Amino acid sequence: MSLEKPVPDAPDEVGVTEDGLDYDALEELVSEHVIDRESHVNAEALVIRPDAVQDTLSALKEEAGFDHCSAVTAQEYEDRYESIYHLKKFDDPTQQLSVVVPANKDEPVSESAESVYRTADWHEREAYDLVGIEYDDHPDLRRILLPETWQGHPMGKDYNQNQPQVVPLREHVNPLAEDHSAGEDSDTMFVNIGPHHPATHGVLHVKTVLDGEQIADIDPDIGYLHRNEEQMCEQSTYRHQIMPYPDRWDYTPGGILNEWAYARAAESMADIEVPEYAQVLRTMSAELTRIAAHMLALGTFGLDVYGDFNAIFMYAVRDREAVQNILEDLTGQRLMFNYFRLGGVSWDVPEPREEFFEKIREFLDGLPEYIEEYHNLITENEIFQLRCIDTGILPPEVAKNYGATGPVLRGSGVDYDLRRDDPYGYYDELDWNVVTEDGCDNYSRVLVRMREVEESAKIIRQCVDLLEDWPEDDREIQANVPRTLRPEADKEVYEAVEGAKGELGIYMRSDGTDKPARFKIRSPCFSNLQTLPEMSEGEYIPDMVASLGSLDIVLGEVDR
Amino acid sequence: MSSEQTPQGDGTGGKSTQEARMGEGVDDRFNSKLRDAFGTSPFILTKFDKFMNWVRGSSMFMLQFGIACCSIEMMHTYSVKHDLDRFHAGVPRASPRQADVIIIPGTIVSKFAPRMKRIYDQMPEPKFVIGMGSCTISGGPFQEGYNVIKGAEEVIPIDIHVPGCPPRPEALIYGVAKLQERIAHGETAPVTVKPYELEEFGDLERDELVQHLADQINEDDLVMRYDWTEQP
Ligand code: SF4
Repeated sequence: MSLEKPVPDAPDEVGVTEDGLDYDALEELVSEHVIDRESHVNAEALVIRPDAVQDTLSALKEEAGFDHCSAVTAQEYEDRYESIYHLKKFDDPTQQLSVVVPANKDEPVSESAESVYRTADWHEREAYDLVGIEYDDHPDLRRILLPETWQGHPMGKDYNQNQPQVVPLREHVNPLAEDHSAGEDSDTMFVNIGPHHPATHGVLHVKTVLDGEQIADIDPDIGYLHRNEEQMCEQSTYRHQIMPYPDRWDYTPGGILNEWAYARAAESMADIEVPEYAQVLRTMSAELTRIAAHMLALGTFGLDVYGDFNAIFMYAVRDREAVQNILEDLTGQRLMFNYFRLGGVSWDVPEPREEFFEKIREFLDGLPEYIEEYHNLITENEIFQLRCIDTGILPPEVAKNYGATGPVLRGSGVDYDLRRDDPYGYYDELDWNVVTEDGCDNYSRVLVRMREVEESAKIIRQCVDLLEDWPEDDREIQANVPRTLRPEADKEVYEAVEGAKGELGIYMRSDGTDKPARFKIRSPCFSNLQTLPEMSEGEYIPDMVASLGSLDIVLGEVDR
Repeated sequence: MSSEQTPQGDGTGGKSTQEARMGEGVDDRFNSKLRDAFGTSPFILTKFDKFMNWVRGSSMFMLQFGIACCSIEMMHTYSVKHDLDRFHAGVPRASPRQADVIIIPGTIVSKFAPRMKRIYDQMPEPKFVIGMGSCTISGGPFQEGYNVIKGAEEVIPIDIHVPGCPPRPEALIYGVAKLQERIAHGETAPVTVKPYELEEFGDLERDELVQHLADQINEDDLVMRYDWTEQP
């Protein structure tokens, strides 16, 4: 059947048993470093010594097969600091383990995991920046989201939000000035790309050192859209106030997909069952947004490799308008849907139902022709192929090490899609395929997105059929959820869904009130963007721009 | 000049001047009512200023400038269906030096504000600013955050605010049309006093924070100092 994942042969990994993970065996494996054990809602957690992070994680990676460090969450308690490494397996993301590293309150230091998982580099920098934990042995521990000169760590407990700050602007020097060449007899030159630049998809700043046309060194500088989303979510109530924020993480629009990430985490924390009818509605609307998001990726990729506001972009926007019209009928908004509620969705499809379904069907019927058009216009175009085939190479092992997910990972031939591997919603009842391409280049990543649009269309069609035939008395759109939600104190949960750009995870810790004590967003774009240097060092600048486009980042989600 | 030259030669006998002027191959499309009204002497008298204002409003070069969620709706406004081009404002320029209108589509955060100010400074006069979305009005949904500037007007003067989160493309078009109207009437926005300015680090008042940063920032580096409590 299409939905089954090819089973990897002989998993002689520690802790794997017929019915799930054997956490005792895992604890046994690293027993010398373990000081405690905790139970999180999604998985067990091992508390380890702060100076044995590398040993523990590499044992877990090599011998127990946890090859995916999904996220690093840092937080401050009354008496200590804590970093949590959320580990998973690319082969089976339902096998999860959290590794908790406590750190001293007065002098929060723990060992860096960067040498085990490359992805930890940026995650730890973020933890340092926002919470203030220092990581020993980290190659480059400096601020990542906030300006270098920022005072204090805003997600820490004693941060004073009203203190003055000074932010320097050093980037204004003419990039061609002589002093930008690195030394007397060097031929390299330093160039800033962004933060205001048409090819950076918003406000990304890329510091590049060029050797002629080639890139000698590249350093993405982010944080120009760091809108303190985590703080905002921590100040809002579970039940209603948080839900509008996810729409603004990935606004291409991945809105409904993001809402699902929060909904999934909160529902798993508060043990809410979602009615089946609502699951179908969720699945349908989520896939509609996925189409819109991938269309935008395609359109802006057209901008990147062909130039200003061209035909490809216009075609893509035309199709997005069609999707947005449907979504507007369903949710009432074009971009910031706010459609999910905990335990369901806000309302049923609009009356008259037939008309609405007819509208979706009409769009779906037209889609193959449009996709054909795109192929003629883009993928079969010789210039496009020259720009994209064999440029921006990202080998699967490197991609995994960086925690890349979504179309980026699938474009490197890794078969990993949470919709199938860690099922939620109505996906496992439907017939669709996970798309992979094994070219590992810019071209494959674009192809994956285009083929995923077709798969999404398949899913939507099945959902529409289901909704149409659903018995009228049985259309329950929301479970019965209390007006104020107060999960018991000290519940911790990390759940992820497949967003438009990849694995979008939410970590939440409750403290018995109606607001989360810690809310952490694991954004797929953040990890994906980290692979840019791998793809573009030693390549030409235009290839870097193409790679950046094929990564399809959204700065709102990178910076949060 | 040209109006005094009576067309000569074949076929002009029974034709009006207007017809004769059209020549071959030009169809009625160019025959606007306005042109009709002018008759044989297609001149109008107007003030130069008025004319210039009209020209300015009718040919706006926008800066291609995306920040956050609102820029997605802005892109839709430029593209098919809404097509801002119809309102003489659809030429996005990638360089601020070629643009005269900047739409600010999104949330301004501390790290970006100095850059935005810089971009605004690089635009040639006269320049106009459209603030798009609640974020540019007050910081929008993120107003209470530690890193968000509570409105773009803290940094640069804004001519037209388009509220919404995000505003629909129609709303943005309405905002652009309103701006054009204002420009055509020669109205300018009052330049407000801005709390956040780009200044040289050496010019800042030497308080504790500035002392503390003295070895990290050069005297002549440009900086922006935020005093969050002084915000509305
Ligand atoms: S106003 Fe709303 S849509 Fe616009 S940038 Fe701000 S949050 Fe995003």
